Amino acid sequence: MSVTDLSEARAWEAAAAVPDPEIPVLTVADLGILRGVSLEGGVAVARVTPTYTGCPAVLAIELAVEAALLDAGFEARVVRVISPPWTTDWITDAGRAKLLAYGIAPPAKGGNSVRALFGETVVACPRCGSEDTEKLSEFGSTPCKAQYRCRACLEPFDHFKCI
Amino acid sequence: MSEVFVTALLELADDHLVLGHRLSEWCGHAPMLEEDLALPNMALDLIGAARGLYAYAGSIEGNGRGEDDLAYLRGEREYLNCLLVERENGDFAQTMLRQLYFAGFMEPYWQAAMASRDETLRGIAAKAVKEVAYHIRHAAEWVVRLGDGTEESARHMAEAVEELHRFTDELFLSSPAAAAAEAAGLLPARAEMRGAWEATLRAVFAEARLDWPDAVWPQKGGREGAHGEGLGHLLAEMQSLHRAHPGAVW
Repeated sequence: MSVTDLSEARAWEAAAAVPDPEIPVLTVADLGILRGVSLEGGVAVARVTPTYTGCPAVLAIELAVEAALLDAGFEARVVRVISPPWTTDWITDAGRAKLLAYGIAPPAKGGNSVRALFGETVVACPRCGSEDTEKLSEFGSTPCKAQYRCRACLEPFDHFKCI
Repeated sequence: MSEVFVTALLELADDHLVLGHRLSEWCGHAPMLEEDLALPNMALDLIGAARGLYAYAGSIEGNGRGEDDLAYLRGEREYLNCLLVERENGDFAQTMLRQLYFAGFMEPYWQAAMASRDETLRGIAAKAVKEVAYHIRHAAEWVVRLGDGTEESARHMAEAVEELHRFTDELFLSSPAAAAAEAAGLLPARAEMRGAWEATLRAVFAEARLDWPDAVWPQKGGREGAHGEGLGHLLAEMQSLHRAHPGAVW
């Protein structure tokens, strides 16, 4: 491994550890929105993609990634990429496990087609595991979440929407 | 070509910003908490799409105008949105029907835009097409619930159709700029969306037990900057802060 590879790996590690501001148990790497970090002429260039078009956290995330790279001793630049579009399939398995432990039902895999949005999906309660749940609203506290309620343990919970 | 493409992108961006702002007016006033979250959520999607389109239009234009300049420093006559999106919120029936009319058009439009010759537009479309699917579903549920609900709610829904249907024709009309961009393969042809739009809308109308209006006198003019009274009020509120503090940033 060359020196460049080593520092690129170090830059990736610094950027990848940045938590998502809305769901702080997830890092930007868990969420799959950090597309890559490369060294270009001594500058660490991080490519970040938004989850939802209008996600208000996009700017905060970009600033946090830039700050993390600066803290790690790099000159830094963050580039926003929208293609290929982010889907919930970009969330890593580790990320899914963290979501569940945090009390947010993770999205189903393979849910990234428009028509899949209209199928009946079973969302299990992240607290008691029951599949006897109901949707309260398609829209929740952030653009990426929907509101559900468990009929078994009666707890309301968030579901990370499939997109 | 780049000049007409900029104009056509602004038309699309203005549609999204104006409708997004209208939806945001419900924030804090919706009839229930879930809707108070849902409407600003949809507004965020629309305003997000507008931002991407403005930024891209500004970069093609190359005169240094960014998204803020395009959104906050153009007057009413310079706005090129269609008339449907600027209609006042009215009651909940009108807000939801307006949303269904627009989203029912944008879904096939974004779908077709994913085959545009322009890479940035393909990227914007690929994100928006998934978001608009949620908007259709949400609005359609309300149109059915109200149209096929009580006598009172059905009356409101029928009045909403009466009020808004005449503004839908403009969705399928292309301005000279849009027509040129369409001919160049940069944007989908608006007229070709009618079949998909009508299929979506007619299915919802049937379920909601609403009559499909036969003859309406279509209203247009938005693409030439000829707007209703409501847009001026909307822009006054939306632009006042930026105009009072020129150049201020977060």
